[in-house]
Amino acid sequence: MQRASTTLQTTPITRIEASNGWVSLQLRELWAYRELLFFLIWRDVKVRYKQTVLGAAWAIIQPVFSMIVFTLIFGRLAKLPSDGIAYEAFSITALVPWALFANALSQGSNSLVGNANLIKKVYFPRLTVPISTVLGGLVDFAIAFVVMFGMLLWFDITPTMRMLALPLFILLVIITGLGVSLWLSALNVQFRDIRYVIPFMAQLWQYGSPVAYSSSLIPNQWRWLYGLNPMAGVIDGFRWSLLGTGQITWSAMLPSVGIALFLLITGALYFRRVEKQFADMV
Amino acid sequence: MSEIAIQVEHLSKQFRIGANSFQKTFRETVSDAMLAPARRLRSALRGQGTQAATKEFWALRDVSFDVNQGEVVGIIGHNGAGKSTLLKVLSRITEPTAGSAMIRGRVGTLLEVGTGFHPDLTGRENMYLNGAILGMSRAEINRKFDEIVAFAEVEQFIDTMVKHYSSGMYLRLAFAVAAHLEPEILIVDEVLAVGDAQFQKKCLGKMGEVAQNGRTVLFVSHNMAAIRSLCQRVIWLSKGSVLKDGPSASIVNEYLMETVTSSSSRVDLREAVRHYDYGKRFKINDLTFNHGEPILHGEMLNVSFNYEAYADVYGVSFGYGFSSLEGTRLMTVDSDLNAPRYQIKRGQHGQLTSTIDTLNLQPGIYLLDVGVRSGDGSALDYLPGCAQVEILPGPRTPPSMSRLDYAGNVRLSGQWQWPETAQEDRD
Repeated sequence: MQRASTTLQTTPITRIEASNGWVSLQLRELWAYRELLFFLIWRDVKVRYKQTVLGAAWAIIQPVFSMIVFTLIFGRLAKLPSDGIAYEAFSITALVPWALFANALSQGSNSLVGNANLIKKVYFPRLTVPISTVLGGLVDFAIAFVVMFGMLLWFDITPTMRMLALPLFILLVIITGLGVSLWLSALNVQFRDIRYVIPFMAQLWQYGSPVAYSSSLIPNQWRWLYGLNPMAGVIDGFRWSLLGTGQITWSAMLPSVGIALFLLITGALYFRRVEKQFADMV
Repeated sequence: MSEIAIQVEHLSKQFRIGANSFQKTFRETVSDAMLAPARRLRSALRGQGTQAATKEFWALRDVSFDVNQGEVVGIIGHNGAGKSTLLKVLSRITEPTAGSAMIRGRVGTLLEVGTGFHPDLTGRENMYLNGAILGMSRAEINRKFDEIVAFAEVEQFIDTMVKHYSSGMYLRLAFAVAAHLEPEILIVDEVLAVGDAQFQKKCLGKMGEVAQNGRTVLFVSHNMAAIRSLCQRVIWLSKGSVLKDGPSASIVNEYLMETVTSSSSRVDLREAVRHYDYGKRFKINDLTFNHGEPILHGEMLNVSFNYEAYADVYGVSFGYGFSSLEGTRLMTVDSDLNAPRYQIKRGQHGQLTSTIDTLNLQPGIYLLDVGVRSGDGSALDYLPGCAQVEILPGPRTPPSMSRLDYAGNVRLSGQWQWPETAQEDRD
């Protein structure tokens, strides 16, 4: 079944027949197609800001403008507590990972429908489509991250050793975003209603995550429940490692990580199960 | 040592088509729209998907055949016979409903020229992207880069975005990438239906080269000349099943005999299949030969076209031609040969009539090609092989001309000057 690693001596044999029920993830084949994955990411990144006046600045504008609005409304007017940190720094550390997740959610979910012409005309592991879309968001994230980091220095917040834990929280965003994208992109092929659900789902999810407010507002006995939202774990993690606020407790982090992995694994399995219909339905 | 490369056993593929999705009245549409969400939601929750009310349709039905390594097999059949579905199943784009297929070797699929080309990327960038999509590694493309660019003849424009390419350049580049794919099994759909004659010739040449390198090729085409020259063997599909399987020469002949329809002097083109945006700005709705009378060899030929313009079009010229059933053009009549072109305003429709004094094409059955060009040379509407037309022997057809094989496609009398020593024979 693999293509990349074959030689003439070992002619690969492919058997084509109807599959039933749950099928294997074929991760090895996915690995063989890593170059295609790279090219799809590269295409998305390259094309994303073509014919825009501001180009890659959009990656910064989105979280920075949200930060300004949040600061004015939630910080200055509503005077929401921000753990003793300037509200600007408090909100941007949540908005930057949130933008990564929100992009994964909206673009990942539309990725299969958006690549319909490819899916109908060529064979390749379909998982590459949502994976490349979600990973492509890391480029925007990197740009926004640099700006955020500059801002933190401006507010006299200097990095500590806790920053070393940050990659783990970035990984958690990716796992969550990919898990949700796998589910929604596959469902979107069959039920185009998904497209209309996503914007308001993203909005509700944001209210359910400590973006504008601090998770210290949540009463202690409900923290584990709140932790079932993996993005709560991500944002708490970002604030903990960048701002030094709050603390990371196992009781809050474990549900986040568990749910994220659950979404990813079930998403991938569901995706593979319904994958055979994509070319006929998309 | 002819090892089997493709082994297909009882392959079937079923599609579900949504029933009563056509021809609903307004009242039905409205009431359906109000009630449908609840009904669909109910069936979706029961796991039946959105196609509660569906009709089943077998695109492939119990198809079995073997292809040996190095064999070049043509697949022919009418539209809807299941050719494309077969190729899609064999290239793993879609799953069969029943049956199985065994494929020995790396498969390259070319169902469409330029799959995945992005208009905002340059020619160079698209080469790599398209290559990756088709299954070529970066190293492979690096190695063949110059060869591909040379084949496509786009050297100066390789760093230009492809949206600025002419359609010819675009096609050449896209085909060039695909043609340099070197899988053990190549699956090719009707990719030659697009592009100009020169391009088609070049592609056919390249296909022949691929075939001679000992690779297994499955090739779908309506171009019988191409099928004949490339393939040793032909599988004729009809309504999803294998109707005939055998040497290409005899099967192609049988196919051509069968496809001959009764000669009709009126050709309706409103619903004809068009490529690209042909027919979007300007459309030939129908055409009629000789006011509905049969077409006769040696007599006058009159053609009237009914057209409709959906945009302002300039420098318009019409043309039609007759091709052999194998797709070789034998005769062309153009409206702008030593004659002016016209402009037609949006929304206008009209009838254009063309006559030639004597139709010299031999009696027989031909493919009709019609097209309309705009002033910049691009096609507004183009329908190659849109109908089969029979030219009947006329009153001036000599009896000997029933033997087509001798005289070629066109026989003319000409002006002859005999020497005086020769005597006219009045017998």
